[in-house]
Amino acid sequence: MDNAILMASGADIDIMVHGLFSYEIFGQTCWITTTHVCMLLVMAVLIGFFIAANRKIKHAKEVPDGFQNVIELIVEMLDKMVKGVMGVNSSKFANYISTIFIFILMSNISGIFGLRPPTADYGVTFALGVMTFCLIHFNKFKHQHVSGVLKGLCDPWPIWAPINIISDIAVPVSLSLRLFANILSGTIIMALVYGLLGWIATFWPSVLHVYFDLFSGAIQTYVFCMLTMTYVNDAIGSD
Amino acid sequence: MNISGNDLILACSAIGAGLAVIAGIGPGVGQGIAAGYAANAVGRNPGAKSDITSTMLLGQAVAETTGLYGLLVAILLLFVKPLTW
Repeated sequence: MDNAILMASGADIDIMVHGLFSYEIFGQTCWITTTHVCMLLVMAVLIGFFIAANRKIKHAKEVPDGFQNVIELIVEMLDKMVKGVMGVNSSKFANYISTIFIFILMSNISGIFGLRPPTADYGVTFALGVMTFCLIHFNKFKHQHVSGVLKGLCDPWPIWAPINIISDIAVPVSLSLRLFANILSGTIIMALVYGLLGWIATFWPSVLHVYFDLFSGAIQTYVFCMLTMTYVNDAIGSD
Repeated sequence: MNISGNDLILACSAIGAGLAVIAGIGPGVGQGIAAGYAANAVGRNPGAKSDITSTMLLGQAVAETTGLYGLLVAILLLFVKPLTW
């Protein structure tokens, strides 16, 4: 396996995304990178978990036991989180928010298992930011109609429309950059510790892993989902 | 010693990266203020501790963004080297 996929292999400092092989499409050279591989691994684990959860819930018992307890705990926690922010609109968005929450969380903490976190690649987080952007503006046009959007655009006076457009575009950029930079900084620090200290870095870097991968990753996941929900709730309006 | 233009740009990029992470001062102050007020709020109303903590963490993570922009500029200067040729 390539050195870049398993980051904890040490030897030298390596924080970059590496191309594994390339292919041509419409005259453009595209690369399958280590990010794709790590993301496929994360998704394989998640899909396995979901299939197991689905089979378990199909034969749900009246008194939950073991695995069923875990599934119910996760679903109830996510539902409570979405309901706390979105209120009456929560039923429509709980699925989407829960999905990206679990995906981002697993991506962030995959650094603990030695992978390079997929969210430490701007391509991944930018895609998530663009999805949020589309969700915000789809709901804006759906619930406030064109007149409401135009009115919101020319908020104090029509002359401020360019500034409002810039602040609309800044939302996905800042959302994705926040997640990306947090995870990337953790990745770089772990790579420096493993790369520079060599054999000294045994056992005790687990403390750093707990902070940079678990704590920081969980907080950033929470913040991403929280801000997505707040923006979408804002776009829907009070009606 | 022969210093080419590229070497000079690399050296200046390193200095620029160091200067860029000075941006970390602002979020440090901001997060400290947020944590201070959160401690104050928990002292006044210990029952609302979990709500206060989650609000504080959300605010701190948002305040962190500007510092992360500085970090990102430093990383770009050090590892991507956009100014060299």
